[in-house]
Amino acid sequence: MAEDKNVDRLQRFAARVRSLMLRLLVVWFVVSFGFGILLVEPLNVIRLGGYKLGFWFAQQGSIFIFIALIFSFSSVMTRLERDYVDVEKEFEE
Amino acid sequence: MSLTLLIYLVVGFTFALYIGIAIAARASSTKDFYVADGGVHPVANGMATAADWMSAASFISMAGLIALSYNGYGGSVFLMGWTGGYVLLALLIAPYLRKYGKYTVPDFIGERYYSDSARVVAVICLILCSVTYVIGQMKGVGVAFSRFLETDYETGLGIGMFIVFFYAVLGGMKGITYTQIAQYVVLITAYTIPAIFISLQLTGNPLPQLGLGSTLAGTDVYLLDKLDTILVDLGFQEYTTTIRGSKLNMMAFTASLMIGTAGLPHVIIRFFTVPSVAAARRSAGWALVFIAILYTTAPSIAAMARLNIVNTMQQPDGQALLIAEKPAWFENWEQTGLLQVEDLNGDGRIEYTADPETNELTKLDNDILVLANPEIAQLPNWVIALVAAGGLAAALSTAAGLLLAISSAISHDLLKSTYMPSISEKAELRASRIAMAAAVLGAGYLGLNPPGFAAGTVALAFGLAASSLFPALLMGIFARRVNREGAVMGMLAGISVTLLYVFQHKGIMFIPGTSFLGNMSPNWFFGIEPNAFGVVGAIVNFGVAFIVSRVTASPPSEVEKLLDFLHEPSIAE
Repeated sequence: MAEDKNVDRLQRFAARVRSLMLRLLVVWFVVSFGFGILLVEPLNVIRLGGYKLGFWFAQQGSIFIFIALIFSFSSVMTRLERDYVDVEKEFEE
Repeated sequence: MSLTLLIYLVVGFTFALYIGIAIAARASSTKDFYVADGGVHPVANGMATAADWMSAASFISMAGLIALSYNGYGGSVFLMGWTGGYVLLALLIAPYLRKYGKYTVPDFIGERYYSDSARVVAVICLILCSVTYVIGQMKGVGVAFSRFLETDYETGLGIGMFIVFFYAVLGGMKGITYTQIAQYVVLITAYTIPAIFISLQLTGNPLPQLGLGSTLAGTDVYLLDKLDTILVDLGFQEYTTTIRGSKLNMMAFTASLMIGTAGLPHVIIRFFTVPSVAAARRSAGWALVFIAILYTTAPSIAAMARLNIVNTMQQPDGQALLIAEKPAWFENWEQTGLLQVEDLNGDGRIEYTADPETNELTKLDNDILVLANPEIAQLPNWVIALVAAGGLAAALSTAAGLLLAISSAISHDLLKSTYMPSISEKAELRASRIAMAAAVLGAGYLGLNPPGFAAGTVALAFGLAASSLFPALLMGIFARRVNREGAVMGMLAGISVTLLYVFQHKGIMFIPGTSFLGNMSPNWFFGIEPNAFGVVGAIVNFGVAFIVSRVTASPPSEVEKLLDFLHEPSIAE
């Protein structure tokens, strides 16, 4: 019974990690391939100071967002792992 | 003080620093030698990774590549590709390989695919891409020396080899890590200071990232708009909108650089040096922060230096520059051959236009943008000295990281894991030092006698890593059904397709005249240029691996256990 529960929790953990990765990778794709290349002309109509917006995403913005993605991944993963451990402790008690 | 003396002093000081660090950080065990005892702080490792990653090409050539060869917007493929790969590395590769907890990339491939042949194929792929890459670095060292210190290329290369030899053989990963941190500080200071001054001069904004989006000082014209107009006037295409080839080509190029980045062994092994899986994830974020400081400055240098050059060529009265009135920096760099002028119509002026028939600035090398920047902006001599030290730091730090990846593949994966499993820890440490010494000498030899294919080296390294190692690692971590046969066939297929495509357009081993289709865009597969082909090789690799795995036996139960372990939450912190 406890064994089943453990397997269950592991699967839930894995599913959460997968959905987190998927969401972050969607953003990764959209800001670089999407905004930086595919949608660059429509975005270039919009201005960010002297930058055309599409050009800005391709040469500046996507890089800043990449950094944010990695740190979000790192902090959410730490939380997911901590939650997992906390529940495990409850079990032992 | 003369400029040459100043450069000797600054470069000499940085070299003394690297040697000092090497003596302080000697390796005493194989764990020290391969992974710096696994005790590097995540921020420190991030900084070392940034230096490891940013090569002579990033430092010296990238701004010019963006501004000149790729005419601005087209160069975005390098900016997005070489940073976006870190997202893949941080999410999909580095934490899992850190959790696996061994020393090398072929280690993982050999165990995950339960086979010595998979390990040996991985070692071959690793050596192919690291050796092509290291040749570029050795050439960078020789060139930086000869340009700044007026030594000949061979002497420069020799001095560079001696320095790398010293700290890499003595300290292994431990020595390399701490010198890379010092090298990062040197290179980033050297890169950003001229950029800040130029941004300040042109726009009044000290931050190059903001300056690029600002108006030119004293006017209300935006810098980028001015650059677009002035280039179009000269017959070039618009800087901010010109696509490289097609959108498909740009996407393939970006994707190839991204997955190549995430598959380069010398970068991956840096994440084995941190204490935990959580630290590996955080460290990847820090690495990208430190890389982004240079990568978001580069497009500013690109646009601003191009504007400066065009302004130099075009006098305020709208006439082209008189040959008699060339500025001093122009003549200095003409002597190095990076700039060449030919007065075709004999009017005593240098016309700079997009038309090769009338263009009289016959050579404008990509490297000139970064190298001549301090002189164009009339910065003091110590800034020039700093740029010299920075270029050397970038080349040396990357060379050392690559040499470690090569030597550990030989001493650990070939010797210890495959052919001499009974070797003792002490003997393995000695073997790894000998392998390192041999790798340094080998790289130096190739730097002195660059083979024909050295011209396309760095791009080729990315194509190889993208098409062979990245898919093998990704499937090794996430695709349980992929087995030994699938992985080996996949790697071989991926690397063959990529090499074949590059060779058929650029010549076998890049020997001119041996290309059987010619380097002509009409012959490109869907308009994808050879340098962008890694992603197609990767798709072939995935496809072959899945099909072969489906028709052969499932991986044994140990592999199931290994994968369960990799995907378990890692609790230790």
